[in-house]
Amino acid sequence: MRKEIKNKKTIFLDFAATTPVDQRVLRAMLPYFSKKFGNSMSLHSLGQEAKTALEESRKIMANFIGAKSNEIIFTSSATESNNFALKGIAFANKDRGKHIIISSIEHPCVMESAKWLKNQGFKITKLRVDKYGLINSNDVKKEIKKDTILVSIIHASNEIGTIQPIVEIGKIVKNQELKFKSKIYFHTDCAQTFGKIPIDVSNLKVDLLTASSHKIYGPKGAGILYIKEGTQIEPILHGGGQEMGLRSSTVNIPAIVGFAKAVQISQKEMKQESERLKKLRDRLIEGILKKVPNSFLNGHPQKRLPNNINLSFDFVEGESIVIQLDLLGIAASTGSACSSAKLEPSYVLLAIGLSPQGAHGSLRLSLGRWTTRKDIDYVLRVLPKVIRNLRKISPF
Amino acid sequence: MKKICPYTQKVMKHFKNPQNMGEIKNPDGVGKVGNILCGDVMWLYIKVGKNKKREEYLKDVKFKTYGCIAAIATSSIITNLAKGKTLKEVIKIDKEKIIKSLGGLPPLKIHCSVLAVDALSEAIYDYLKRKKRKIPQNLEKKHQRIEKEKKIIEEKYKDWVEMEDSN
Repeated sequence: MRKEIKNKKTIFLDFAATTPVDQRVLRAMLPYFSKKFGNSMSLHSLGQEAKTALEESRKIMANFIGAKSNEIIFTSSATESNNFALKGIAFANKDRGKHIIISSIEHPCVMESAKWLKNQGFKITKLRVDKYGLINSNDVKKEIKKDTILVSIIHASNEIGTIQPIVEIGKIVKNQELKFKSKIYFHTDCAQTFGKIPIDVSNLKVDLLTASSHKIYGPKGAGILYIKEGTQIEPILHGGGQEMGLRSSTVNIPAIVGFAKAVQISQKEMKQESERLKKLRDRLIEGILKKVPNSFLNGHPQKRLPNNINLSFDFVEGESIVIQLDLLGIAASTGSACSSAKLEPSYVLLAIGLSPQGAHGSLRLSLGRWTTRKDIDYVLRVLPKVIRNLRKISPF
Repeated sequence: MKKICPYTQKVMKHFKNPQNMGEIKNPDGVGKVGNILCGDVMWLYIKVGKNKKREEYLKDVKFKTYGCIAAIATSSIITNLAKGKTLKEVIKIDKEKIIKSLGGLPPLKIHCSVLAVDALSEAIYDYLKRKKRKIPQNLEKKHQRIEKEKKIIEEKYKDWVEMEDSN
């Protein structure tokens, strides 16, 4: 094993955490730092040049998800977009109702926003999920009440990769809306699906949609919130009135140009890339489950992100696995308590019915644009040894 | 790429190459602490002998640990620190000693060093109990605290324990 490490570059299998910036994206961004550095609000040519780049980027985003340009708001991150969606809808519609529905496996930025809103007097319902992490759309129907103003469901879990039946849930939200004759906004967090699986806002029947740049080989510091025309939403950032008055702040042109370029690349390569990743994903899952006794897959076997693998190993702890893999040149992540700042295991893994012990022994491997079959085979060679060695130390 | 990690080199050395890992057959005392539901479990085995001065000392110490890097490294170092020492000396090993010997631990992982000290003192408690000897007051106190903490955790994870039992 030692020989293998020696000449090894890092095999990055943590693409769900972040991605490197694609060289094509970087090239597109570079002129906007020092040469075309204008403020999109300035009237002079430099400013208008920046504004043109901004509006071109907006068009690319809109086109990618079947929206209109004026329905795309650029933000700094998916976290900001999700905060904006939840808090913005809540405060603009509080006179009609104070009830918000989310799932129990949302990203922390939705969970924490909902928690904050609860403290502000809103009512929050968290939908349960089954053992695969799927929401039962009947639960959505049951939980929507007269005073429901927003349903926010993550498109695919950042941890276990399960893809929710968003189309189905969207239909139910619309039906209930007709029944109660009161607008119910439907938001989905697409941070993990955007650029990886096809997304069309009219097909998904969503009013709001979140996406992020740095998960699709764009730079960090850019996100979008799609806001359907006519949506009643309160801005969070007040100031110069950028982004149609909905998000004041000097616009981060280089990052947005990069984000748009990343989208164009994804648009072209997505179909082929997702087929390629699915094959690698399934090869790795099957190989590990076969080679390592007492291991199991978390999340849905088919309804999952093409690049997500989440496994649990009995009798060993996730942080130990991750650091052992790091020593062998593999970057991965875990839902174990020992790696979190709160020393509590992942609530997503607990929500799908894993015991804390199962959650402690979890490992997430997320594949990306530069993952090769050779990388996968290297993991298949070393991971069983890592688990075996850690089990030797374990009393169980 | 350069390996950068939240732990000191000393911690990593013990994690990569744990000392005294394994079980002792027919041990004179065993200390079992931690809870798998919380993510750390340490089992520490001791074998007691007598030195030339007729004092009792730890002839052998071994451990088995389920847990993170810090849990494994603290188990490894405490067995090193305790092995060959008299019981009187061993009881004095505290978490500061362990942290210092490892060149430091991240703040969130200090509890792992406490767990290692607990495992060792529980092993000695078990030894004295088996020999029907008088338990020093500080050891008895510690034992009671550990038992109390065990109960709190069991209460916290009651649902899970019941589920596991019914499976």
